[in-house]
Amino acid sequence: MYQHTRLTTNRLGFFQKFRNFDYILLVCILLLGFISLATMYSTDGGEIKFHTKSHFTKLAVFTLMMLIMSFINIKYWFSIGYLAYVVVVGLLIGTYLFGITSSGSQRWINLYFINLQPSELMKIFIIVCLAKFFHRMKLENVNSIYTILTSLIIILLPMGLVIVQPDLGTAVLIAISGIAVLWFAGINYKYFIYTILGFIISLPFVIAFLKPYQKLRVLTFLNPDKDPLGAGYQIIQSKIAVGSGGIFGKGFLKGTQSYLEFLPEKHTDFIFTLFSEEFGFVGSAILLVIYAIIIYRIVAIGASSRSYFAKIFCYSFGAAIFVFITINMSMVLGLLPIVGSPLPIMSYGGSSMLATMIGFGIVMSARVHNQQLIA
Amino acid sequence: MINSSSDNVKKLNSINRRMFITGSLKFFVMIGIVSRLFFLQVKENKKYLTLSDKNRIREWKLAPVRGEFHDYFGNVIAGNFEAYQLHVIPEQVEDFRYVIYRLKDLLELSDLEFKKVLKKKNEIKPWETLIVSDNLSWQKFSKINNHLYDLNGVKPVISISRNYPFKENFTHLVGYVSQANQDDIESTQAIKKNFVPGLKVGKVGLEKTFEEKLIGTNDIERYEVNAYGRRISQLEFQKGEKGKTLRLTIDTEVQKLANELLKDQAGSICVMDIYTGAVIAMHSSPSFDPNLFVFGISQDDWQLIRNDPMKPLVNKTLQGNYSPGSTIKPIVALSALENGIVNTSFTVRCTGKTEMYGQTYHCWKKKGHGYVSLRNAMKQSCDTYFYEVARKLGVDKLSETAKKFGLGEKVFGNLFDIEKKGLIPNTQWKKNALGKGWLLGETIITGIGQGYIQTTPIQLCLMTAQIANGGYKIYPHLVVDDKVKDQPIDKFTPLYKNSKNIKIVQDAIFGSTNEVMGTSYRSRIDNPKYQFAGKTGTAQVKKITEEERELDLKTFQIPYEQRDHALYVAFGPYKNPRYALSVIVEHGGNGSTTAAPMATKLFKLIIDRHKIRESLRNKKYLEI
Repeated sequence: MYQHTRLTTNRLGFFQKFRNFDYILLVCILLLGFISLATMYSTDGGEIKFHTKSHFTKLAVFTLMMLIMSFINIKYWFSIGYLAYVVVVGLLIGTYLFGITSSGSQRWINLYFINLQPSELMKIFIIVCLAKFFHRMKLENVNSIYTILTSLIIILLPMGLVIVQPDLGTAVLIAISGIAVLWFAGINYKYFIYTILGFIISLPFVIAFLKPYQKLRVLTFLNPDKDPLGAGYQIIQSKIAVGSGGIFGKGFLKGTQSYLEFLPEKHTDFIFTLFSEEFGFVGSAILLVIYAIIIYRIVAIGASSRSYFAKIFCYSFGAAIFVFITINMSMVLGLLPIVGSPLPIMSYGGSSMLATMIGFGIVMSARVHNQQLIA
Repeated sequence: MINSSSDNVKKLNSINRRMFITGSLKFFVMIGIVSRLFFLQVKENKKYLTLSDKNRIREWKLAPVRGEFHDYFGNVIAGNFEAYQLHVIPEQVEDFRYVIYRLKDLLELSDLEFKKVLKKKNEIKPWETLIVSDNLSWQKFSKINNHLYDLNGVKPVISISRNYPFKENFTHLVGYVSQANQDDIESTQAIKKNFVPGLKVGKVGLEKTFEEKLIGTNDIERYEVNAYGRRISQLEFQKGEKGKTLRLTIDTEVQKLANELLKDQAGSICVMDIYTGAVIAMHSSPSFDPNLFVFGISQDDWQLIRNDPMKPLVNKTLQGNYSPGSTIKPIVALSALENGIVNTSFTVRCTGKTEMYGQTYHCWKKKGHGYVSLRNAMKQSCDTYFYEVARKLGVDKLSETAKKFGLGEKVFGNLFDIEKKGLIPNTQWKKNALGKGWLLGETIITGIGQGYIQTTPIQLCLMTAQIANGGYKIYPHLVVDDKVKDQPIDKFTPLYKNSKNIKIVQDAIFGSTNEVMGTSYRSRIDNPKYQFAGKTGTAQVKKITEEERELDLKTFQIPYEQRDHALYVAFGPYKNPRYALSVIVEHGGNGSTTAAPMATKLFKLIIDRHKIRESLRNKKYLEI
């Protein structure tokens, strides 16, 4: 096996790798970074303050990291798949044991140089791990009990660790990342259909087990006007901000809803609201187009990759990113209950950006080494 | 290898098929999001824009400027003055403790006042205005201004507030304003609409009656605010309208004289134009300074007013139910004439007392008046004569005439909610109210204005005015109103059956004042310019026992509460009557010695002022 791999390896020179870059994807990511910086500048009230500076630093460091990652052979990312998963699970356990508590949940772990949110990283590394898991598997084995059980354990272990933080939103996103891989790996349709049916049937029981604040969120989503100053406040204010933006928006730095502090969490989960208020329907549509191009490029890179690992990773990552974006936007537009889910790249938050950039890095690496086969 | 590669192909087929499904799903979801954006931002844009403005724009209402009261000549009775106030916005003060203690020293605040300020401070948000003092003297205000360098965040402010320059002179008529309470807000729409904290509204009198006209409209400031309610910037200032200024029919000079005459006594004076019904003066004594209430009356002042035995809080002109005493005699005489019970030659022999139905009725004059006709009886106020007339007339006919002349009914209609109706009894009334039959003896004492009969001073004034003007109905009013259309249609309808009867009564009243033996002869004015005709009255507050009658005590020998009320009604000038008045002095003793001399002084002034008043009326349209 190793011999085979070595034989088919075509070592690329530095400039060759450079030429293999997906520049459309890179430009879109940089553009997105620029937009997110401008939006962050607006949340700081039109001044360069803490959030803008910090976001800029993270953006610069992580973009650089992504570029470096793309020069590293996709083989390498394949080889660390399980290890990375184990390390992140270890970090999650560490978070559970010695994590930093903030606003009622224990999500962060102090790594001396950085406060990390391992659950965010898990969104990516669960894809890497499962992609590796399915890479070697023959299609007839995919639907075996062993495979399904193993992959379920791989998904449920970090989910459980995240749920106890408690952070249901991120746990759901991790599950979605994992399920995306299962979907592309070729698990039988019927399992998905059964799962969906089972979920719908068990929904009332799930709701019964939810924490009071989570129940409130669901109820609030169903009827935000019930308690407009309490639980419904976020959804209502967010909708007002977006709706009042109109076609062309109120103008950069002129979003009254955010400027006058009616918007909650405007740096993180509700960043799209602010953007949408200031740049209107046209701006939001452009932002969506940028995201669409990014996802399209990710999928295209997957399609052009020779290795199954790269393919399944790209497809799953593309689907996961899409779901993250959709959930965040649906939430701020009042289509889904409030679950804590950041908008990739746009939202303030280092761990989320790190995870996304790692994802992009692996995708870019798959692009640069798209002729690479992994046995 | 072949096996493996065919597996690979299958795997690729599977993944690509699923990618296609995923891709299509993504497409539809994306369309969903875009259409949601379109719905919110394009279709519902207006609604959310309104909501956003509602969020960020907040209105602040400022107290409206209240309309004024002017007297007939344009003197300000109730006006506005610039109150010097001291405002502090706590968050703009660097060292609040220092500043507030410094202010305490400068303003010489008592510990109690100081505590109140601190309590207020804790109740408001730090960016809201704290009113440290709402009415500073000029000295203190300028003192603060001199120390402003030391007082960061302290703002001396000039604000507009109510002022009554004539102090106690108009209190019962105009009333006063004070801070609006929950009842005021709920009962009056205009107050609800214009309410701001600290708004002053009319509590009694015309201030209350004309609240809706006087209140004006708020100035409105629009500010952009943030989610916590902090003002960010002012967007608009909308000037409100000042309330309507009302011109009263009152002559301040006459009103002041009325005050002076009743000083230290309890009672009422009202003066009325007998043709227009314009009230020239209307005073109830004792009075108090309405300015005390504007910024909230102190407990001491309030107790002083409340516990005064002369009851300054009662508007005696409108609320005082008095037995009219002999002042009712013109109506009794008129009623008897109208009903053909007596004529001018009808005489009664007065021996000082008379026995009727087993009871003895006394005339005020022990020795009696001898044979008296109507004119003499009125002139000397012979009770015996009127006992006999009343007996022959009957109470029902008497009450009919009395009601026609405005007794037993509110004079100002709905203008004052405190006004009393008085009481004109008849047989039906007694049966309904007391469930007993009418006794003839009660008719007899009603004939001299005692017993059940009760009238307010303003009713007596109206009654006199309607006799004086020849027996025509008038509607008393207080506010000069240019609109003629509001005049009731039955104004100036005759109240008599035969105008001769009115003349007879007028002449009898003339005799009472201007002829020897008349009860108010000593108060007469011979100069025909001022000559007036009036009828005295002395209303007993309690039944006089035989014993007391024997003692024949002088007024000052009787305890205050048991002394008779002194009444006087009059009209003048006699040749060409124009004004009628009524005077009541509570426990003043005798109508002819206490009340009638006041009329003398009043008529001198009223008639002198008449010319000025007329010239103003004629010039009215030129001046405007």
